[in-house]
Amino acid sequence: MTGRESPCSRPVTGTLRINGRERSISLEPSRSLLEVVRDELGLTGTKYGCGEGVCGACKLLVDGVAVRSCLTPVGEVVGRSVTTIEGLAGDGRLTPIQQAFLDEGAFQCGYCTPGMIVAATALLAQNPQPSEEEILSAMQGNLCRCGGYPRIRAAIRRAARGSSAPPSGDR
Amino acid sequence: MTPTPGSVPFDLVEPAARPYFDRWGPGLVVYRPAQPAGSGGPPHGGAWVHVGEDGRVRAFAGKVELGQGVTTALTMLVAEELKVLPASVDLILGDTDLTPWDIGTFGSRSMADAGAHLRAAAAGALQFLRRWAAERLGVEPGSVRLDSGRAMAGEGATARSIPYAELVAGRSRIEPVPSESHPSPPAEWSVAGRPASSRDGAKVVTGAVRYTSDLRLEGMLEGAILFPPTFRSTLRSLETRAAESIPGVTVVREGGFVGVAAPDRATARAARGLLRAEWEVPEAPGEDGIVEYFRTHPKPPDDHWDLDRYAVGDPAAARGASAIALEATYTTAYIAHVPLEPHAAIAEWVGERLTVWIGSQTPFRVRAALARTLGIPNERIRIVVPPTGGGFGGKHAEELAAGTARLARASGHPVRVTLSREEEFTQTYLRPMAVVEIRSGADRDGRLTAWECITWNAGASAIRTPYRVDHQRVENRPTDSPLRQGSYRALAATANNFARESQMDELAARTGVDPVEFRRRSLDDPRLRAVLDAVAARAGWTARPRRRGPRSGPSTGRGIALGLEKGGRVATYVEVEVTASRTVGIGRIITAYECGAIVNPRHLEGQVEGGTIMALGGALGEAIHFDRGRILNGRLSAYPVPRFLDVPPIEVLLLDRPDLPSAGAGETPLIAVAPAIANAIDDATGERIRHLPLLPGGRLPTGARATDFATPKN
Repeated sequence: MTGRESPCSRPVTGTLRINGRERSISLEPSRSLLEVVRDELGLTGTKYGCGEGVCGACKLLVDGVAVRSCLTPVGEVVGRSVTTIEGLAGDGRLTPIQQAFLDEGAFQCGYCTPGMIVAATALLAQNPQPSEEEILSAMQGNLCRCGGYPRIRAAIRRAARGSSAPPSGDR
Repeated sequence: MTPTPGSVPFDLVEPAARPYFDRWGPGLVVYRPAQPAGSGGPPHGGAWVHVGEDGRVRAFAGKVELGQGVTTALTMLVAEELKVLPASVDLILGDTDLTPWDIGTFGSRSMADAGAHLRAAAAGALQFLRRWAAERLGVEPGSVRLDSGRAMAGEGATARSIPYAELVAGRSRIEPVPSESHPSPPAEWSVAGRPASSRDGAKVVTGAVRYTSDLRLEGMLEGAILFPPTFRSTLRSLETRAAESIPGVTVVREGGFVGVAAPDRATARAARGLLRAEWEVPEAPGEDGIVEYFRTHPKPPDDHWDLDRYAVGDPAAARGASAIALEATYTTAYIAHVPLEPHAAIAEWVGERLTVWIGSQTPFRVRAALARTLGIPNERIRIVVPPTGGGFGGKHAEELAAGTARLARASGHPVRVTLSREEEFTQTYLRPMAVVEIRSGADRDGRLTAWECITWNAGASAIRTPYRVDHQRVENRPTDSPLRQGSYRALAATANNFARESQMDELAARTGVDPVEFRRRSLDDPRLRAVLDAVAARAGWTARPRRRGPRSGPSTGRGIALGLEKGGRVATYVEVEVTASRTVGIGRIITAYECGAIVNPRHLEGQVEGGTIMALGGALGEAIHFDRGRILNGRLSAYPVPRFLDVPPIEVLLLDRPDLPSAGAGETPLIAVAPAIANAIDDATGERIRHLPLLPGGRLPTGARATDFATPKN
């Protein structure tokens, strides 16, 4: 694995496992995973927001853990399993978290939504019944400038309860 | 996505000559013409409705979707007036080739303008459908029933019905809105007025929405712009050889614009880094001298928005004769919009015709600006607005469009330019800093006697007081700004309301009257009284005079403020808890909002909630720091926008008024948040803070008492 310690960027060919498929790409190990995913693989659901890891728009899953792809050199994920927002819904079926975002209307412009859903997916995979405080601290690194936080919280609570629950009454 | 070369923008030809039917098939078109700026009367966009023989209804407006939910709301209004299912309506927005002219998506005008005119066009189309159905069914027009896209007559066994598609089949009629068409009263709405979700939500949650920054054209290059170190800097000299020696790089210098195009973003930015530029950087004030700078650098008003001066009676004399007199100056910092998607544009020339895809709130202004800058007619320019990741007043984007078009023209390829976050902070424009001076008087019974308000640099919105006062004078004074500034969600209204509602509380405290009661005594507008009463009731407000004098140690406080702007009425209640270390926790926010007939309560609640949260940012911590024209904290890690943990429980009370026209909700819900918090902090601590943000660095400013430069007469 070529990581941060070797910032020299000699192109090499590597294999990335993205959304369940092996993708062979010519890569410079120091390029950001975000750039590779968006510009080379055309998976534009993962967004650029700040380039310094403080907005969460670029989050994707590496071996099930939410990772800020703008700060991750692509060399670090060679041989690991990467899942982007496009890879969450299998066979066109939304995940419970995606469905909960829909049911709660938890987006306005929608630009932060992929990163929010990725972060929430990692949270619930590791902690299926998070407390309110656990939700807030897990999501604190994700920014929504439209101010959708109350509905995003409601969507995560809803997904944690199980997708068959009725819409929250106070929404 | 490449447009047909040689297509003609619909808005630039006479209605009868527009190729509606070539493009969308036979049918009926009913239109309301746009009223452009400068044609007398307030400008507004046009609206067109096409009822097709394919069973679809297409509605056209020049607004754009920025996440505020305008697509859903306008679809509901058209479905309501035409008596069709919302699923059979296609809304076409934000494309200068296909939609009517519109001044832009700002000022909370989408419901008041596009909503009203689309309703009129749809109701007009229904008149034709009714008449044609009556002929076909052999009944009087008045006895035709219209529902779910069908016209019906008769009862029981003799009932007959015809779908609209059949009524318009083979026709190609283009008509203005008939004078006898009347949109249905909101009290009778069955589709509009009920909660509805966005139709394309599944694309949002799967990452399938393509924003401008996600689009890619065949052969597209990436562009990078060489920005000046400060807004007023001018280019003295430029050396381009090193950059141009990189294969595939084109350097463009046209007038003051300098940029590069390259096969990928890294190369474009590397090439830009090799440009050797010398700039003339003029002197500019820093934060210390800025208030004085505004007071000494007036500039002529830009447009009619800037022109507000109003005077009645003799406020100076009335104040002099008042038992209680106050004067104070309130300021608000420059702040940034921080849309999560930074500005992005793609330009492509096909022959002589230019198409620009851009996240912009003002596509028709962008077209006009390109025509001017590039010296080509409007007919040869198309602006398309893809889904856009936030605007908040910050995305007019005319210069970015022009720069991207220049790079595309010079390189002979389509070019995409996406700004970095740092460029977004430092190279777009900011919410203006404001200085607001208020002098007021009240009598011992807690009634206003005099009111003077002078605003520097923010603008005139909401500068007039909604309270009854016989002697008043208000004046907006536009000024030069050392930083680039522009529109922002509720910009001047935020500053003017912060000042007014703060001063109202200060007056209430000195008269010894409860702040809610003090406001009621001078409040005639029944709609403002209604929102004030609604929050007070929900908060369980009990009357007591505002506490005065400094207190120490942890304490709690409550505050209330109200405002009227863009046709909407808002009142906000806040509870705060101030700790011994002078941090401030917001315990609870209640906002009551009324904007006439509610079109979509689900999205309206989201706008009020989101607007309240955006206002929290500007109220508590957001500030752009600068020195001699340079922005010092142009990074997201150095600029605190609200996050999950910053958001207290927010209760939204929506007051529906089906008897009133629908007004917007993008801005007004923001304007009472900051003064309500300032009032609550004063209630808790006895300290009056007259500057936004209230908590620079996350704490009450030490020596906040020192900012108390009001000069009470008693």
